[in-house]
Amino acid sequence: MIEFKDISLVYPNGTQGLKNVNIQINPGEFVVVVGLSGAGKSTLIRSINRLVTPTHGELLIDQENILNYRARDLRKLRTKVGMIFQNYNLVKRSSVMKNVISGRLGYTGTLRSLFNLYPKEDMALAYRSLERVNISEKLYQRSDQLSGGQQQRVAIARVLTQQPNIILADEPVASLDPPTSHQVMTYLRKVNKEDHITTIVNLHFIDMAMEYADRIIGMRAGEVVYDGPVSEVCEATFEEIYGRKIRDEDRVGGSDDA
Amino acid sequence: MTEFTLPPKPKKTAWQKMRPYLIGIILLAIYIWTFSSIEIRWSRVFSQHTVESLTRVIPQLFSPDWSAFGKVMGLMWETLLMAYTGTLMAAILAVPFGFFAASNMVKNKFLNTASKWALNAIRAFPELVLALMFVAAVGPRPFAGVIAIAIGSIGMLGKLYSEVIESIDMNVVEALEANGANKLQVLFYGIIPQIIPEFLSYAIYRFEIDVRASTILGIIGAGGIGTLITIATTNRNWSEVGLILVVIIAVVTLIDIVSAQIRKRLV
Amino acid sequence: MMRKTSQPTLQGITSNQTKIRITSIFVIVVGFYLFTSIKTESSLLDLWNGKNGFINIAQNLFPPNWNYASTVLPQLIETLHMAIIATTIAAIISIPISLLSAANLFPNAFIHQPVRFIMNVLRTIPDILLALIFVGIFGVGVFPGIMALIIFSLGLLAKLVYETIESIDMNPIEAIRASGGNTLQVIGYAVLPQVLPQFVSFGLYVFEVNVRASLVLGFVGAGGIGLLLNQQVSWANYPNVMTIIIIIFVSVVIIDYISNKLRERLI
Repeated sequence: MIEFKDISLVYPNGTQGLKNVNIQINPGEFVVVVGLSGAGKSTLIRSINRLVTPTHGELLIDQENILNYRARDLRKLRTKVGMIFQNYNLVKRSSVMKNVISGRLGYTGTLRSLFNLYPKEDMALAYRSLERVNISEKLYQRSDQLSGGQQQRVAIARVLTQQPNIILADEPVASLDPPTSHQVMTYLRKVNKEDHITTIVNLHFIDMAMEYADRIIGMRAGEVVYDGPVSEVCEATFEEIYGRKIRDEDRVGGSDDA
Repeated sequence: MTEFTLPPKPKKTAWQKMRPYLIGIILLAIYIWTFSSIEIRWSRVFSQHTVESLTRVIPQLFSPDWSAFGKVMGLMWETLLMAYTGTLMAAILAVPFGFFAASNMVKNKFLNTASKWALNAIRAFPELVLALMFVAAVGPRPFAGVIAIAIGSIGMLGKLYSEVIESIDMNVVEALEANGANKLQVLFYGIIPQIIPEFLSYAIYRFEIDVRASTILGIIGAGGIGTLITIATTNRNWSEVGLILVVIIAVVTLIDIVSAQIRKRLV
Repeated sequence: MMRKTSQPTLQGITSNQTKIRITSIFVIVVGFYLFTSIKTESSLLDLWNGKNGFINIAQNLFPPNWNYASTVLPQLIETLHMAIIATTIAAIISIPISLLSAANLFPNAFIHQPVRFIMNVLRTIPDILLALIFVGIFGVGVFPGIMALIIFSLGLLAKLVYETIESIDMNPIEAIRASGGNTLQVIGYAVLPQVLPQFVSFGLYVFEVNVRASLVLGFVGAGGIGLLLNQQVSWANYPNVMTIIIIIFVSVVIIDYISNKLRERLI
């Protein structure tokens, strides 16, 4: 369980990233965080693996306040929290396999990892992860030879290899076209249901949020302005979150093709 | 759980499999050859003599002898004059080379290749080797150094100029030709305006390099502050060497900064 | 009735201001050249008067004395070995230094600024001056030469490499950090693969630079072929000099060619 208790975050330049956030996310939930860009969605999920550190409040994961964590605990936390990025964040010159096995880094000693000496189980796990996102045939290709959607699937495989309890996805489909976006979201949803991994996804497309989420959290100017199950959400809810009328650009479309 | 599938082994051709080993063997051979045949006299390197020199030389180097400041600055000034003269000669003389070597200006394949080769050939020699020859030819004076600087610089500037010329927008030239402009008019209205800023920028950049090069020409008698370096090291006057070091570092850094500023404004 | 006009008066194609500026820059540059060329006794007139010296030497250089080649080759190989050792050691030392100089890995200015400052200073010291100092400390031989090459190429290589590190894609670094990797794993998995090809390429480039530099280290007793060249020139043994020059030329051209081909394939 993830609990935000009165979390605020002020960046060194004075920008308020988060403001008095109080939420609870239950194990296995698929939560979509929506809001305009700059609303604090990224800051919210980056707080969970401490890529940014809130300046006030308590952030509990399984009853432990992660804001007190120092280097060693932090790395342990991060091995259990997988992250997916808008730009895939693969090492482009490295092979798919090397990128996927890097999900095991937190579990592997520095020397072993620098000489590529992974246990057979880890290699098998990496391969199995690639199979689960249907891209195992690209195993030894260089990552920059893959399309955007394929690279994002490799990124999902990397996260799976981490065997995480939580997956954070920061705008995972913002750089992809509609059909590929649905494919990537479908994989995320599948992993969430099969492995019972808590999944928190930032999105700004409302139709996509409606289609895949169990629960929707709306953010505006660093504050949580909406929190409820997807069944209670309608267009008016989004207009409230966004503080304006819904436009065409807020929809990705193409859900019927997927 | 004991059951799992390992990823398939990568499929590689024999050459791909062999390549890393081949590279490794070649590198290993080069290093074995190098380290087995290099003659370092370790007995001298780690001798009492070295320890004595270290304790004498290093402290002196770091306590520059400021009483020699006037003399050192005088020769540093001569060094800058040599670099300026050499660079400017080269900046002008390299222009025809640049045009001859540019394939969009001179359509004669033979002339192209010949000038490119001439420029490459010059660049194969360090300035100091050229200077050594010119000292033998005209005697130990700054003139030998200036000519060495000039010729060395032609090698680099000629090549850079030709690359600038080859990258110009030829449509402008075509438009002027279509207007009925003659060859010289095309040159002055279509080509020169396009190449001038980069030519100047490269010439100034080369001046930076030439200042560095000129500081050492005196070691073989070709003028400038290097003359003093030889005298000071032969006399084991390390605190004067320390001062020379300070002056060279300061002047070279200053010139690099000023030159970078000017070049930024040019392009 | 006088009418004030907002239109500029026609002053020809370029404005008077530009004309004045260009003219004054031109006058200063040319004037200073006349001053420096007289001061360094290197005017075109001196060139004309000194032409006999050049012609004499050029005539004396031919024909080269090929019997001398067997004496030159071992020295050439020693020169190459010096360059190989120096480049290798400089490359190894440059790794931690360039990592520390990269502002994207060590944003703390107290770490990267001092390291960069030291490297900048090292780059301004001419290699042959370093060699002179090391000869003073360690005595005549290849060791001081290698030391001088290491220090000089370290400054160059560290700068090239840290600039490459600063230009890498930072996203994978965030990803590795987010999955629990420590600093060494971040470097090994996200930095190294992006930098390695460039690093090898710069290493080869610095090797080319070191080969040229090591050719002249012998002038000051720091080992290699320069010793022979200096000797033969001072004894006016020009056919032997020509042999050395040809051997230097051929080996530099071959090394540059191989190195360029390898670098093209890397990137």
